[in-house]
Amino acid sequence: MRLRLADRRIWGLHLGLIAVLFLLQFVLPDYHHTNVARILVLATYAMGYNLLVGYTGLLSLGHAMFFAAGLYGAGLSIYYFDLHPVLGFLLGSAAALVFAIAVGLIALRTTGVAFMIVTMMFAQAFYLATLYFNSITRGDEGLVLAPEARRFAFFGLDFDLAEPVTRYNMALALFVGGLIVCLMLVRSPVGRVMVAIRENEERTRMLGYNARDYKLLALSLSGLLSGAAGAAYVLLFAYMGSTFAGIQYSILPLLWVLLGGVGTVVGPLIGTLLMFYLIDKTSEVMSSYLIVVGAVLVLLVLFFPKGIAGTLRARYARWMP
Amino acid sequence: MTFLATSALSRSFGGLAAVANVDLALVPGEIRAIIGPNGAGKTTLVSLISGRVPPSSGSIVFEGDDITDLKPWERVLRGIVYTFQITSVFRNLTLGENVALSVQRALTRDRPIWRHIDSDLVAEEVKAALDRVGLGLRADEVAGELAYGHQRLLEVAMGLALKPKLLILDEPTQGLSEQEIADFCALVRIISLDATILLIEHNMDVVMALADRITVMNNGTLLAEGTPDEIMANAEVQCAYLGN
Amino acid sequence: MDLGPHLLLALLEGTVAAFVLAVTALGLSLVFGVMRIVNVAHGEFFMLGAVLAWFLTSLLPEMPFWGFMLAIVGAPLVVGMIAVMADALVLRRLNYEPEATIVATIGLLYILQQAVLTIYGPDARPVVAPISFRVQFPWFGYSGYKFIAIGAAALLLLAAWYGVTRTKFGLIMRATQFDRETAQAFGVPVKLVYAAVFALGAMLAALAGVLIVPLQQAHYLMGLDPLLLSFIVVIIGGLDSLKGTILAAFIIGISDGIISVFFSPTLAKIIATLAVALVLVFRPNGLFGGRSR
Repeated sequence: MRLRLADRRIWGLHLGLIAVLFLLQFVLPDYHHTNVARILVLATYAMGYNLLVGYTGLLSLGHAMFFAAGLYGAGLSIYYFDLHPVLGFLLGSAAALVFAIAVGLIALRTTGVAFMIVTMMFAQAFYLATLYFNSITRGDEGLVLAPEARRFAFFGLDFDLAEPVTRYNMALALFVGGLIVCLMLVRSPVGRVMVAIRENEERTRMLGYNARDYKLLALSLSGLLSGAAGAAYVLLFAYMGSTFAGIQYSILPLLWVLLGGVGTVVGPLIGTLLMFYLIDKTSEVMSSYLIVVGAVLVLLVLFFPKGIAGTLRARYARWMP
Repeated sequence: MTFLATSALSRSFGGLAAVANVDLALVPGEIRAIIGPNGAGKTTLVSLISGRVPPSSGSIVFEGDDITDLKPWERVLRGIVYTFQITSVFRNLTLGENVALSVQRALTRDRPIWRHIDSDLVAEEVKAALDRVGLGLRADEVAGELAYGHQRLLEVAMGLALKPKLLILDEPTQGLSEQEIADFCALVRIISLDATILLIEHNMDVVMALADRITVMNNGTLLAEGTPDEIMANAEVQCAYLGN
Repeated sequence: MDLGPHLLLALLEGTVAAFVLAVTALGLSLVFGVMRIVNVAHGEFFMLGAVLAWFLTSLLPEMPFWGFMLAIVGAPLVVGMIAVMADALVLRRLNYEPEATIVATIGLLYILQQAVLTIYGPDARPVVAPISFRVQFPWFGYSGYKFIAIGAAALLLLAAWYGVTRTKFGLIMRATQFDRETAQAFGVPVKLVYAAVFALGAMLAALAGVLIVPLQQAHYLMGLDPLLLSFIVVIIGGLDSLKGTILAAFIIGISDGIISVFFSPTLAKIIATLAVALVLVFRPNGLFGGRSR
């Protein structure tokens, strides 16, 4: 009976969260409406990052590569080949998955600090490549998708991704999809093995699990979800540029996840939401607003390593996944 | 029939032979104790058998198959299960979660893990494994908060839940109280009804009470092997222990 | 110009880059070697050195030589103090736990960089070289200061080598590197050694920044490139080996100079970055380091 109760609580919490996010669109003013849509996409990126860092215990400093692979995979194919946006989205996500598997096959031979540096170096090479192929990507300046490219018909329905209501609900759909995938994964036998690897890899191996396969699986899913977020980003907000492949976009999900709570399902959203508005407000008063990124990172590591949701779980709600 | 056999199994660390030319053979269903002074190579030998450490030379045959090149997790799937000398449970997870990792592994031995696993069945088997070591009522406690002796029992429960054919127990009674040791011996006898047991143990009372046969190691080699009575009477063994 | 003069120019540029890079990377290598931590903010210490050099030389606008002397003494001192503070306030509290320390030094990177943006602003500002003469080659003239920079960097490398291998502090440092617990048991003040090593690493980066600033203007974002290049050098040279670090700095610096003159610098960086990732995976002790024990 205890298990059933935990199940009810868990689904209640997350379905409630989804309902709140759905209803939010009817009360938000325009400015925040767009912001929350953006936050939902970025939070999906953070959830993807959290699958690897929070649940499998592998700290990557190169996830911008996967986000940008999704972004460019979708964006460039639509920009240059007029691909259907849905196909573009799938193509971008698939591109990220391919990069994640390739990186995983090499980088997972290392652990700890070496893994952090290797992933960072691969992502840096990817970033430099987006600059090198400037004639295609337009580098830092970037490309903007034309409004026509973001209008499409799907199963008889017409969509215009420039339309705020459509955009918000698409972002929400992406987030909900990501949330459900994460929730089901981390509560599944596979998720249990991922957590076991985070806690004690050697012991997990001696329980009959090929840890490397599970790490590769976690990295692949993490890259796929990050890439799906990247692909959705270019579709919903029309812009792609090298910035999204830069090291800052590898550090931001780390910051979001640390603040929200490493290894919690709702943490990434909380962290992304808070950091987004903190940076937004700071940038209104000073040009060196990124100082809050540094300050928050240092403070979190020193004084609040479990993050918001992690601390809540430890104090009040051990059942929270 | 030979259940497990090593032939000329050797392992050296930087020129130092920890295990040298060991031929060990186990018959199914026996409780075999390995004894010997510290540094005799006992833990290295069972690490070679479980696959934690690769051999420098020699081979291992298990149920007729050469498993020398198999990875440790592949050996677990074949039924060779190792319980750690230094307790190595998942300290931040609950007892139930610890054992569930073993249970789901045993249930998915020959099929992909992402296929449906009946969660009620997992819960049932977790409870059964914890009950066998007497921790059945504490499934929701966090493993790291258990007393040392109970962590050892959890370690055994994790091994049991894997449904081993060969269970390797590396100094299982170290740090247990008298009463806990007695309970533990009773438990091992029950386990041995379904599994062969390889036991590294310093406590001679435990060894004498449990072992069908005893293997004595010294300086990485097998010194003697026999029934408890034979070993007690063996002069060489006396010498190895007294000389130490 | 023919290929020959081009190559000579590339070689000269590469040599300057290599010497300055060797000093920067040596700082990173020392910190990693002794403290077992990766300092992601290392490039910011380089940047601070350059920006402080601009500030200090601007105090003596009529006397570029003395202004530069002030910078070469003052900038590393200030940076050293900042490093000691960072060590005491952040790193020591994390007990130098490797992963947490990396995250913290990423934070430090942003704090230092953005603080400079606040105070110093977004502009790139030039610093006048302490001496102005040109060395005339048959094909082109070459800034004499670059030779001074090479000489100064070489002196620094020699001093660092002497300090590590021949002094009592070097001995204490190596003992701490070898085994922190045992060193502590033998009365080595490990905390103090760590603070000193972290400061020393930062000061080396700052000195490299001072040396480079007459050739490259001071800007708040200038720390990223030396950081990545130092990573590359330290990894290829072997994480534990000072000799390897210096050797790698020359290979990377000179080949970077040559490739950049003839090919796209971006392509050169892509290749170097990928190569480093692969070295770290397949030869974790570096190309020149021994096999792991």
